[in-house]
Amino acid sequence: MQLNGGQALIKALELEGVEVIFGLPGGAILPVYDPIIDSPIRHVLVRHEQGAGHMAEGYAHATGRPGVAMVTSGPAATNIVTPLCDAYMDSIPMVMITGQVPTTALGTDAFQECDTTGITMPVTKHNFLVTSAADIPRVIREAFHIATTGRPGPVLVDIPKDIVDPKNPKSAMEWYWPETVDLPGYNPRTTGDPAAIRHAAELIMAAERPVIYAGGGILKARAAEVLLELAEMTDIRVVTTLMARGAFPDDHPLCLGMPGMHGNFTAITAMQRSDLLIALGSRFDDRVTGKLDGFAPDAKVIHVDIDPAELGKVRRPDAGIAGDCRLVIEELVEALRELGAPDALTDSTDWKSTISGWQETHPLAYVPSEPGDLLKPQYVLEQLRELCPDDTIVASGVGQHQMWTSQYWKFNHPYTWVNSGGLGTMGFAVPAAIGAKVGRPDRMVWAVDGDGCFQMTAQELVTAAAERIPVKIAILNNAYLGMVRQWQEMFYEERYSEVYLSPDLPDYKMWAEAMGCVGMRVESPEEVGPAIEKANAINDRPVVIDFRTDASEKVFPMVAAGANNDEVMTDERTQPALDIPRRRP
Amino acid sequence: MSIDDGHATSPSANPDGVGTTGAVRHHLLSVLVENRPGVLTRVAGLFARRGYNIHSLAVAPTEDPAVSRISMVVDVASSPLPQMMMQLDKLINVLEISELSPAMAVEREVLLATVGAGPDALGELDEALAGFDSRVLDSDDSAVTVSVLGTPEQIDDAEVLLAAFGLLAVQRSGRVALSTLSAQD
Ligand SMILES: Cc1ncc(C[n+]2csc(CCOP(=O)(O)OP(=O)(O)O)c2C)c(N)n1
Ligand SMILES: [Mg+2]
Repeated sequence: MQLNGGQALIKALELEGVEVIFGLPGGAILPVYDPIIDSPIRHVLVRHEQGAGHMAEGYAHATGRPGVAMVTSGPAATNIVTPLCDAYMDSIPMVMITGQVPTTALGTDAFQECDTTGITMPVTKHNFLVTSAADIPRVIREAFHIATTGRPGPVLVDIPKDIVDPKNPKSAMEWYWPETVDLPGYNPRTTGDPAAIRHAAELIMAAERPVIYAGGGILKARAAEVLLELAEMTDIRVVTTLMARGAFPDDHPLCLGMPGMHGNFTAITAMQRSDLLIALGSRFDDRVTGKLDGFAPDAKVIHVDIDPAELGKVRRPDAGIAGDCRLVIEELVEALRELGAPDALTDSTDWKSTISGWQETHPLAYVPSEPGDLLKPQYVLEQLRELCPDDTIVASGVGQHQMWTSQYWKFNHPYTWVNSGGLGTMGFAVPAAIGAKVGRPDRMVWAVDGDGCFQMTAQELVTAAAERIPVKIAILNNAYLGMVRQWQEMFYEERYSEVYLSPDLPDYKMWAEAMGCVGMRVESPEEVGPAIEKANAINDRPVVIDFRTDASEKVFPMVAAGANNDEVMTDERTQPALDIPRRRP
Repeated sequence: MSIDDGHATSPSANPDGVGTTGAVRHHLLSVLVENRPGVLTRVAGLFARRGYNIHSLAVAPTEDPAVSRISMVVDVASSPLPQMMMQLDKLINVLEISELSPAMAVEREVLLATVGAGPDALGELDEALAGFDSRVLDSDDSAVTVSVLGTPEQIDDAEVLLAAFGLLAVQRSGRVALSTLSAQD
């Protein structure tokens, strides 16, 4: 069958099972937009290409399937660098198609030419510059294979116009679909080494103070169920990193919640005092470890990761296992049974009661607002959590509101938390929530956003309104770049430099309405619940609620950047005397 | 969580990476890659992004024209080297990587040098290079271009000797290497 390159591209995407493309056309990609008209694939027309990238990410977060975005060359390609880097840092499967100037014009500084593969090389798992129409099916097949296997990540395919333009003879190709992928240099290993798994099981059997340190890899590997099995069988407590919120249910008695810079005291301290860290799909990020040489000083480490380069990158493991978390945990459970678990596990009663003690003495806490004061962001989140279905998907931007959401939202289901962890991309929430809602139309989707973040990508609410994607946005409007304000308050002697934004410039309610959304403003605690209920009842368009929150509220607990995780700072008003347990003798 | 504070504690941030030199830091890597456009950039970029210098580099197709061998000497301390090799291995177009220790490898390098020596100095030059696998490639009234083939150490020595004649231009090929036959099986 004779096709042109553009038709071949769309057909290849169809065969990959793509149901939606987020994108925006332009000169170089025009020929590919023509066959989209006849394709069953849905196209969501964004208002800024960055939005397309984050939507694809949100879609992937919520569904586990690769997100797909398509944009033109030059400025459009540079606009998607941020989402590519975001997806790269958080290992999100994504395929990004970019238009490029014709092969004959490459390197001539042609109109809207940009070295897209050059620019995106360090922020993609792999990228391709396709130079012949005949390569398109093979490259698309490879792109999806690379994006979704091993450690997932973004793959970019750059397509010069002449090979997809039916008016150009170079676009002619004989259709084929490669049954297999031939990438000799790419062989991700999924099954763990049995000897290493056995060794890990022995370490677990012997541990007195074990902690499971679950990371985003649990979600990528669809390993939440086996994680639960492992934890319940061994009765080992589990911390879930920012990327792993929802990978283990917060309402489970074994769950200690989030560790790290703004983690809760118990999660941080349990890791610090543990004698065995069982790191599953986590990567010892500096926001988790704090000062590295003071991190979990007495702990042996079991490290399971699909990416062998993560083993020993930051902390040398005692048992390093390269493999898929789900498969390895299954094997680990098996190996533990063979060693007599749970009966033969080392007694850790003291450890468990020490942990429960920390939980009792160091709960998450905040001071409620006085009548007439601005809202407490934590209160808004508690209300939101209470009034939304258990399996609501929540996205967030980056800043204080993100940390509060991670802390106060009770995540009881995997794939309900859509967040920018590694890159910390302000503006992520709105488009990512839209992408998540497109992928999971059956779920309620909220974005909890900051006023600063909202202003970076709010235009995508026009997309959501036009496409009838009913996401709901809670802006925690503290009139500040709050997280930066917090650092300036704490570490720069309250010298506030360029962090004030104003609560009502812009007028968020009017702006929301102008974008075809329902807009609300909430200033007092009694209005919070009713406004959320009203928003939850709206299903035909997006809703934005401007919650006026207290700018002086800081995120606690906190371990200062570069500090030792023994130095957990808490809010003096809620935890006056902190008795931090030091190293055991 | 989100503010860049310069406090990243990961050791791969290469605290000892840039600037320090010394032979101990030189490691010879033999990397088999797919012979396609852009592959060298990917490999080189990985080192550049972490602030590591590539001391020398030689690339050419192997017995299989679809595969090239990169012989590279990199300025990376021993501790981050395994991490660098793992990162290299993640590149889709990289097929195989090995570090060649001098004892387990045969190595050669070529030196081309133009020295300021007129016809009357040719004899002296000949004498100086007597112990080397060298030849004169070009000459005129005031300069001679010679080639020297040898181990990297021999090439270092030859360069020192030639310096006495006044080096006008030097091009070293960078090391090429294969594992010794005994190391191959
Ligand atoms: C694109 C981008 N620019 C700058 C930053 C640095 N930064 C991190 S949090 C933050 C403030 C965010 O303000 P806002 O969205 O209002 O959230 P808040 O902290 O007030 O909840 C800034 C500027 C960033 N993470 N991303
Ligand atoms: Mg703010």
